[in-house]
Formats: sequence, structure tokens, C-alpha cells
Amino acid sequence: MPQPTSVPDEKVPSRIGPLALFFAFNEIAVSGFGGTLPWSYRTLVETRRWLTDREFMEMLSLGQLLPGPNICNVGIMVGWRFAGYGGAAASLAGLVVMPFVFMVVLGFLYVRYGDTRLAQQALNGMSAVAAGLVLATGVKMLSSLPRRWLPALFGVVAFAGVGLLRLPLLGVLLVLAPAAIALAWRALR
Amino acid sequence: MSTGSDVVALFLHFVLMSLMSVGGVGSVLPDVQRYVVEVQHWLSAKQFADSFALGNAAPGPNMMYVTLIGWQVAGLFGALAATLGMILPTATLTLGVVRWNALAPDTRAGRALRQGLAPITIGLILASGWVLVRSSDHDWRSYALTGATILVFTRTRLNPLWLVAAGALAGVAGLV
Repeated sequence: MPQPTSVPDEKVPSRIGPLALFFAFNEIAVSGFGGTLPWSYRTLVETRRWLTDREFMEMLSLGQLLPGPNICNVGIMVGWRFAGYGGAAASLAGLVVMPFVFMVVLGFLYVRYGDTRLAQQALNGMSAVAAGLVLATGVKMLSSLPRRWLPALFGVVAFAGVGLLRLPLLGVLLVLAPAAIALAWRALR
Repeated sequence: MSTGSDVVALFLHFVLMSLMSVGGVGSVLPDVQRYVVEVQHWLSAKQFADSFALGNAAPGPNMMYVTLIGWQVAGLFGALAATLGMILPTATLTLGVVRWNALAPDTRAGRALRQGLAPITIGLILASGWVLVRSSDHDWRSYALTGATILVFTRTRLNPLWLVAAGALAGVAGLV
């Protein structure tokens, strides 16, 4: 992440229309090859200057705390702040509408041509890379954890239960999440 | 074949997935795969892996592969059901939290939630990667490509799109 920008607070607008929000988040979504978060920082903090560096980080950490796509949560927070319910809806629509159209076109092409030899060969390579990218993301996140055995145990049980034993996620989360949160709560005292 | 009840079942399952996506949507992929491939038999494991790879290669939030899954299950209505099911519940929750200022990340509750869920999220993301590895037809060459991707992505700041393109080329060249 770049260093905090020196945008003075009074330059940050207090109200931004839903249409402007829609187009800003549309730009973020469409530019976001391989991850939308770097683009959201660039657009919201550096180019449009709607948020200070600190505000962006606060919204992002809340967005990561809540379930759902992190970028959508940030979009809803930004939209709500500048234009209420309509702004939240506009930001979310900006993030999703164009990618939805891309996916429908890809889906159409895949159903039609996905069985051809060329498509199958390309998809085999892309799938191997996609699996690697997901695993690498998990590996990168590992380094952010404190090296203690109890949190690690929760991670290992989650991996084994859902990945190896293929248990339903709902049951695994109902058992693991309350215990993990309660232990973290106690440790924070 | 798709029916109206498939669309409803798809929507409801993605609603459940949405609310369970702790730390982001990456953590629910194993359960999406389990439901779509193993419980409902709507897609083969290969089609699931293909859908994720395509969704990953296109711009947009990283959950959009569910649109592609919905499209294959029930056309446009399936695509809408999957996408809205994945988005609307958490969007409503997020709006409620900011509307009533209900959860600040730096309070004790916020920190306990984040610190408690972080290792579970990581375990689930690694499980997602494992499920994807198992979902496509693999021999040692594709395992090697997966391993090389992990090495490059953890050690460089290369845009992952280049890796996806390299993977597609390696596939077309018959290397994988």
C-alpha cells in the first residue's frame, strides 16, 4: 500500500450522487483483473479523493470483518456515507452489473464451445493456475497469524473438516467459530 | 435440466453461503462445490473447476464465478439467483451494521471476531485450493504448474493475470 496521502479533510466532498458512485465502482470492478482491492484504493483515495487513507483502511477492515465479498462491503459503506440507501445500492450495482454481463457471455461461450479440444486444453492450464493462486493466497495469509498452537489448531480442523472430510460448512462453522471467537475474546482481556 | 425448484434451491443455498463467508467469499468455495457437484449433481467436478478458472480470469469481484455456475444450472434465472443470493444477504447485513454503527473493528468485540475467525478463514481458503486441485483431471504436470504458481505468486508481485494467461498457453501447447 502507498503511504498516506496528504489530502486535507475539507477537500473531501460531503455528498456524491448515486450516478457518480455507480461509475466509480464500475471502473473499479472492470479494472480489477486479479483482485479489485488495489484498484479501489487507487480510485477512491488517490484519483477521486473521496476518502482519506485512514478512512479507506477503516472501511476495509470492517468490510473484511463482515461476511460477503470485501469489495462489495466497502462499496456499500462508501455509498451509504455519501448518498444513503440509494448510494449503497448504486455502488453495489456498479461493482456487479458489468462483471455479471461478462460472466453471462463467458457462460454462453463455455456451454457452446467448452467441450472443444482447444478450450479444454486452455482451461486445464487455467484451472491449475487458479488452484495455485488460491493456495498461495492462503499461504500468504498464514504469515499474518501469530505463531500459537491453539489458533493454528482451529485452522487445521477447518481445513480437514471442509477440505478433506467434505463436511458441510454450516456444521463446521457452528462448532468452530463460537469457540474461536470466545477464546480470542478471553485472550484480549 | 433446470426447473423452477432448481432456481429456488440454488438461490437459498447461496443465501446460506453468503452469510457464512467469513473473511470473504473464498472460504465458502468448498461448500459451493460440495452442494453443486456432489449433492445436486448439477455440474461435474471438471465443470466446476472450469467455471472457477474462467471467473478468476475475468475482471470483477472474486465471487463472480457463482454467476457462471448459476448460468450452467438454469440459464439467466440461475445466474441471477446465484449472484443475488450471494450478494443481497451480506449487503443487507453490512448496511445494517453501518446504519446503526453496530460493530467497530477496533473494539474488543471486533478484535475478538477478527482474531478468532482469521485462522478459520485461512484453513477454509486452503481447503478451497485443495478442492480445486482435486476438481480437475490432474497428472504430475498440472500439479507442477499449480506448485509453480504458488512459488511465483508468493515470491513476486506479478499481476496474477499473467499467470492465468501463461497457464492457458501451457495448456494449449499441450504441456499440461
